[in-house]
Amino acid sequence: MVTEVEAPVLEPSYVNGVALTGVRKTFGDVVALDGVDLRIGADELVAVVGPSGCGKSTLLELVCGLTEADAGSVAAPPAALMPQRDGLLPWLSALDNAALALRVAGTSRAAARAAAHEHFAAFGLDGFEHARPAALSGGMRQRVAFIRTLLAGRPLLCLDEPFASLDALTRAQAQTWLGEALAREPRTVLLVTHDVEEAVLLADRIVLLSPRPGRVVLELAVELPRPRVRTDAAVVALRERALSALGVTE
Amino acid sequence: MSAPRLSRLVAPAVVLLVLFGLWELVVRAGWVDELLLPAPTQVAQALWEDRSLLAPDLWTTTTEVVLGLAASLVLGVGLAVAMHLVPAVDRALRPLAIGSQAVPIPVVAPLFVLVLGFGLAPKILIIALLCFFPIVVNLSDGLRKSDPDARKLLRSLDASPWQRLRFLDGPSALPAGFSGLKIAAAVAVIGAVLAEWAGSESGLGHILVTANGQLETARAFAATALLIAEAIALYAFFAWLERRVVTWEPKA
Repeated sequence: MVTEVEAPVLEPSYVNGVALTGVRKTFGDVVALDGVDLRIGADELVAVVGPSGCGKSTLLELVCGLTEADAGSVAAPPAALMPQRDGLLPWLSALDNAALALRVAGTSRAAARAAAHEHFAAFGLDGFEHARPAALSGGMRQRVAFIRTLLAGRPLLCLDEPFASLDALTRAQAQTWLGEALAREPRTVLLVTHDVEEAVLLADRIVLLSPRPGRVVLELAVELPRPRVRTDAAVVALRERALSALGVTE
Repeated sequence: MSAPRLSRLVAPAVVLLVLFGLWELVVRAGWVDELLLPAPTQVAQALWEDRSLLAPDLWTTTTEVVLGLAASLVLGVGLAVAMHLVPAVDRALRPLAIGSQAVPIPVVAPLFVLVLGFGLAPKILIIALLCFFPIVVNLSDGLRKSDPDARKLLRSLDASPWQRLRFLDGPSALPAGFSGLKIAAAVAVIGAVLAEWAGSESGLGHILVTANGQLETARAFAATALLIAEAIALYAFFAWLERRVVTWEPKA
């Protein structure tokens, strides 16, 4: 989606990626984002980290085409959004929730269910096909929501603080399965989080945003082998660097 | 019926018995004229003795109420969905829908009877006029209050308005819709009585008019008891239907 006619000519590697240039977004008097530049290459996982209210969710809405920028340009391929709280429908079974994106795209119920079911074993959801969301644990609900996001069949995944509502142990497990899933099926991913450690564990690159109005403070490349361990010295060092860039000193 | 459910019936039963006991006492002691207020036992007696008289009237009123509720359901759901999908329809029709509830039925009922005759049609129209409103208001509020996260998700999936209604807003509005329907069930019975007062040849409202004229107060109260029973039965039916349809737990 391009909101400006004279969008910048994209470098080749960004053709299937995301390019935000000088993006500004206001809500009334509140400036949510001010002059944000962001590049995400194909199959790259970029984590955007910032304090609450720095316009992270607005950034995702811009990339997903749910809202328009006031200034600057947004170029992004079709995106699948995983909302902050899972967005699962309480009256649908886990299987039908996972199949929702396909149903909306016009796939028949049986075919959509079959496609969703193929992912259930890999995400440890075998036997929970017919459970309603209320009967699932928080971690399982996020996995169902992630399958739904994958099955939207879009080149870009936009994950809005996907694990913020989980307890620490479940979150650690969720970060593991997300890393494994993306290793199996590489996608371009924009991960918005307020958890610096999560960003270091999962991302290829970390973009740090300032408090409102959101501006890019620092970009950090995470050139560490996967799977990463949170106690690894390099992971800890990078985490400390990101935290101090955000003005947090321990 | 299980023991806990049975024990839940004890409290209302005790309250009813005490009330009926007091009522009986007041009438038997001669503190009020029996022509104004018959004792519960006299009402029960009238229910039994006039059963062959009351049964066809109960049937007439039940037919009117069921058809009237069906009409208001079609009208109410259709209007709520149209208002939800097309904001201009909401703006155009909401004041009219609210205004329709301020129109006293006794003012318009004779007009309906004049135009539509003494048959079923004016009764259905009056019941529908009274009952569509709680359905429209509850349902259209329910349609708007779906989960914002799920709404965002469907927008990002480029779902059509019809798909949003079918997958999200519709199911999430069902509990509110049933609330409207349960209110409508109680109102429908009053609507039937008002419609019958304006002109009818049978029905419980008709019998209320004639029994009052003949000073058969016990019979009028017997007809009233049947009206109350009918409202409760309809309410219980919709509550049961709701439990069958809305099987998911509301989102925490």
